[in-house]
Amino acid sequence: MQDKLNSVLQEAREQLAKATTAADTEDIRVKVLGKKGQLTEILRSMGKLSPEEKKALGMAANKAKAEFEELLKEKVSELKEAAREAKFKAEKIDVTEPGKEIVYGVKHPVTQVIDEVVGIFHSMGYSVYEGPDIDTVYNTFDALNSPETHPARDLTDTFYVEKDNICLRPHTSSCEIRAEKELSLPYKVLMPGACYRCDTPDATHSHTFHQIEMMVVGEEITMADLKGTLDYMAKRLFGPETRTKFRPHHFPFTEPSAEMDVSCFKCGGKGCPVCKGSGWIEILGCGMTHPHVHRAGGIDTEKYTGFAVGMGVERIAMLKYGIDDIRLLTENDMRFINQFK
Amino acid sequence: MLVSLEWLKDYTDVNVSAKEFCDSMIMSGSNLETCEELGIGISGVKVGRIDKIEKHPDADKLVVCQINLGEETIQIVTGATNVYEGAYVPVATHNSHIPGPLHGQPKVEGGVKITKGKLRGVESEGMLCGPQELGYEDKVAPMVSKDGIWLLPGDWDGHLGEEITDALKLHDYKIDFEITPNRPDCLSMLGMAREAAATFNTELHYPEIECEKTDENAADFIDVEIKSDLCKRYTARIIKDVKIEQSPWWLQKRLMAAGMRPINNMVDITNFVMLEYGQPLHAFDIRSIAGNKIIVDTAKAGEKFTTLDGVERTLFEDTLMINDAEKPIAVAGIMGGLDSEIVEDTNTVVIESANFLGSNVRSSSKKLGLRTEASGRYEKGIDPNLCEAAADRVCKLIEILGCGKVLNGSVDVYPFPEEAPTVCARVSRINKVLGTEISREQMEEYFHRLEMKVTGEGDDMFVTPPTVRQDLLEEVDYVEEVARMYGYNNLPNTLPNVATTGEMSKSWTMRNQTRDILCGMGANEIMTFSFSNNKILDAVGIEEDSWERNFVEIINPMGEDTSAMRTILMPSMLEVLGRNYSRGVEKVRAYEIGITFMKNIIDPKGLPDESRNLVIGTYGKEEDFFALKGMVVTLLEKLGITDLKFVAESEYRTYHPGRCARIVSHDQYGMEVELGIMGEIHPDVCENFGIGTRAYGAELFFDLIVEIAHKEIQYQQLPKHPASSRDIAMVVDEDVLVGDMEDVIKTASNELLKNVKLFDVYRGEQVEKGKKSVAFSLTYRHDDRTLTDEEVDSAHKAIVDALTEKIGAAIRES
Repeated sequence: MQDKLNSVLQEAREQLAKATTAADTEDIRVKVLGKKGQLTEILRSMGKLSPEEKKALGMAANKAKAEFEELLKEKVSELKEAAREAKFKAEKIDVTEPGKEIVYGVKHPVTQVIDEVVGIFHSMGYSVYEGPDIDTVYNTFDALNSPETHPARDLTDTFYVEKDNICLRPHTSSCEIRAEKELSLPYKVLMPGACYRCDTPDATHSHTFHQIEMMVVGEEITMADLKGTLDYMAKRLFGPETRTKFRPHHFPFTEPSAEMDVSCFKCGGKGCPVCKGSGWIEILGCGMTHPHVHRAGGIDTEKYTGFAVGMGVERIAMLKYGIDDIRLLTENDMRFINQFK
Repeated sequence: MLVSLEWLKDYTDVNVSAKEFCDSMIMSGSNLETCEELGIGISGVKVGRIDKIEKHPDADKLVVCQINLGEETIQIVTGATNVYEGAYVPVATHNSHIPGPLHGQPKVEGGVKITKGKLRGVESEGMLCGPQELGYEDKVAPMVSKDGIWLLPGDWDGHLGEEITDALKLHDYKIDFEITPNRPDCLSMLGMAREAAATFNTELHYPEIECEKTDENAADFIDVEIKSDLCKRYTARIIKDVKIEQSPWWLQKRLMAAGMRPINNMVDITNFVMLEYGQPLHAFDIRSIAGNKIIVDTAKAGEKFTTLDGVERTLFEDTLMINDAEKPIAVAGIMGGLDSEIVEDTNTVVIESANFLGSNVRSSSKKLGLRTEASGRYEKGIDPNLCEAAADRVCKLIEILGCGKVLNGSVDVYPFPEEAPTVCARVSRINKVLGTEISREQMEEYFHRLEMKVTGEGDDMFVTPPTVRQDLLEEVDYVEEVARMYGYNNLPNTLPNVATTGEMSKSWTMRNQTRDILCGMGANEIMTFSFSNNKILDAVGIEEDSWERNFVEIINPMGEDTSAMRTILMPSMLEVLGRNYSRGVEKVRAYEIGITFMKNIIDPKGLPDESRNLVIGTYGKEEDFFALKGMVVTLLEKLGITDLKFVAESEYRTYHPGRCARIVSHDQYGMEVELGIMGEIHPDVCENFGIGTRAYGAELFFDLIVEIAHKEIQYQQLPKHPASSRDIAMVVDEDVLVGDMEDVIKTASNELLKNVKLFDVYRGEQVEKGKKSVAFSLTYRHDDRTLTDEEVDSAHKAIVDALTEKIGAAIRES
């Protein structure tokens, strides 16, 4: 009997070794343990034996059964593993193929610069205040301390809707008087918007452009604050290593007035074509708001001081992104805009 | 303002390099345009004297010159016509180098090398040079040397053979300063010298103006009367026995560096003094002054006068004129008359040094269409106290040059002498504005450097500037003077110590949201001009008398295209779509949030109405009406407008009459409002803009959206009980609208209906002609329990019945 068990086991072992599929192993299991399986037959034939023999054989048969089941289990798992591996191999993909295209739109570079500047100052407690594109000559020139004979007032410089009365603002400074009248002191505001001047379009001029006016009015506002604020902005906009230089200048609405240069962000100040060899790039005009301008807005000039800044958005965008022709910004060629992702 | 650094050194001792000079001047307030080095790139060019000129044997237009270079004589062939025997000239010898360009040739980078050669068979050992060939601009070439060889003024025998750069001391820097309109005093060498002296803390030396006594007095030759207050001062001096000749080199050199052409001594001297003091001067031949009397008065309207340039001009009643006893002889401050010019045989000259009101010169100059160097200076403002010194300086130069006899004294009419205002500038205020702690002593020192007088004590400084500084009128002006002398870059960098909160308007915030949402939908933002015109509205099919033509017009437009302000954004969008299409961009999704302008209806003289619109434009694969509608609906939902209706519109000619809708919602008061319009762009309009494919557009009233948008998010429990879904397919007439069917469904349903979703519209073989099958998926659910089939059936039946009854729909057998 033992011999028979051994031979069944031996045969099963050999067959399992040859099995290649789950079906093969199942066939073998049925052949050994099925209702008419070899091991089943052996166990069934035990009825004729003596109790001692029965006991001995039972133990041997159970051991053989356990051994077979162990072998079977091993084989099944081995085959399963092989099948998974084959599946993975068959399913292998080329991960270098491109992803599915998701089109995400792009904000106009001018908007991006405005957003960036507003973002920098919003966190410092600056509000956004907006005035109209078409404003009174009073808000645009008279109240801004601009002399009657200032060339900017000429019909060759500023667009007019009503002579001597209503014009297309040539600068966002027109908002200053409105802000003074509407806002309660102290305040820090940014006033972005479109401006218009009678400039014949070329690579660096456009009759329409954007400015961001900045205005701060408070009890202890100094020119040192103006410098510190703009120096901070320059570092945020153009990189932490950026240096600033303030040169005296003249604007009717500020006194003292200054122009700010930043160290060239292309060459770092060594001199290159971007900065025309000087190492510096002119970025904006600014100054301490002229008392006449504060007075026009009903501000007590003894108590309050303030500063104002006007910066050209297109100019900053062109410098920042290396755009060599301002007209690209208004052509709106999608291949251009798509570059500002 | 062109400044010759060498000339400036006549007035103050600046001993720094040109670069350091420029850098320091920039930081003290004189901004730089350019700084150009003069007299460089010249080597081997020598001073020569033409000893002999002979005709070229084989060329009519050439001559052969023997040039004396001191130790040697060389032969040079030239084609120039202004040479003569005895003339002193620059000689480019064999292997010499000049900056160029050569006469009649383009400028070569790096200059030109000159070698000997043969011209038409005759040996030429170099070249005679014109001023341009040595690097001077055409417009400053001395009159006698214009378009010819540079004929050096004076006697150069002691320098024959010497390098021209050494002999003529050509090395200099020509610095162009940007003078801001508040500083007309800097439009003069003395003004710039005053700035330089203050910047470098050096002495300022004024030029010599005292003449020797002679035996005649000016007052015996001329009488002056001012009849108009447009003339603040008139100073006249008299020169007799005038000799017109070339000016000496030192004077010519200064004029050339300042950008002026030397002409003759009299013209050069008046120009020189104008550059030196900033005071325009004029010289009349006394023979042309009838009655030896000068009367300053306004013209008669319509009067005719011929100016120096030979043009007859019609005068206005406010044109200020210089007249003699009988007739006008000059337009005050602008240009002299043709008949009073100094000529070859002029013997006695009247020097005019006068001050005319800037605003009048400006308006006269405009009306007459005549701008001159003098008028430009008067417009900007000149100190009337300069008149006498400038006239005296002219006389002194005439004396120095020995080209005339200066008569004693002047005739000076100055009814209301002007003084500089004294201003109280407080030390504390200056420091408060600057954020500094500069001492009074330091401030006073700055003021003294700028030739200002300071009195008072303690906090109050009473400052009086020199009269040329007409920009210093109040305390704040002195804040700037201190700041620029202290140095802007020496001020500390601090941040405002003012606590404020950053506020954004609802409109600003929603514009940002809109951009984010539309960018998320793959649309690019564009930015176009705010201008419009009737032609472009024609192109988008806007009718003649429609509101879109209620333009705000520009009275001084740059062109027809930009003559009015836009009322809608769509034309600019279509231009952009057309431009992209023509450039081969296959697919475009774009949007713009822009301002539109309307005439102020309530107050036609008031500011126009401005409001923002949003325009969206698309074309390309997968773009159609419904893709755009999806964008519009999703955007508005995200912004907080969910209650939307699309009403078919067939009359608006920008759009396809069968594919256009007005977008309608309700405002905060429940009134129906139109938010905008959208559709497929009319094929004719597409053609007008060069869009060769179907394009789609929407224009919405963004400000209205901002006004009515109300976004409130309220959490709702997730459903605990299963929903039951039923599909329904109805056959209806072709012209039945899906929107109407949805309305019927919603009206007929009870609270069990949670969702209606169109999933198919079918036209074709399976349905009768003229009909379509519309299929919806309806979702029913009860919030508190699972619905029974009977409940769903009953609710569903009510809907089907309503559709059948109200729309004549029939259930489609499938």
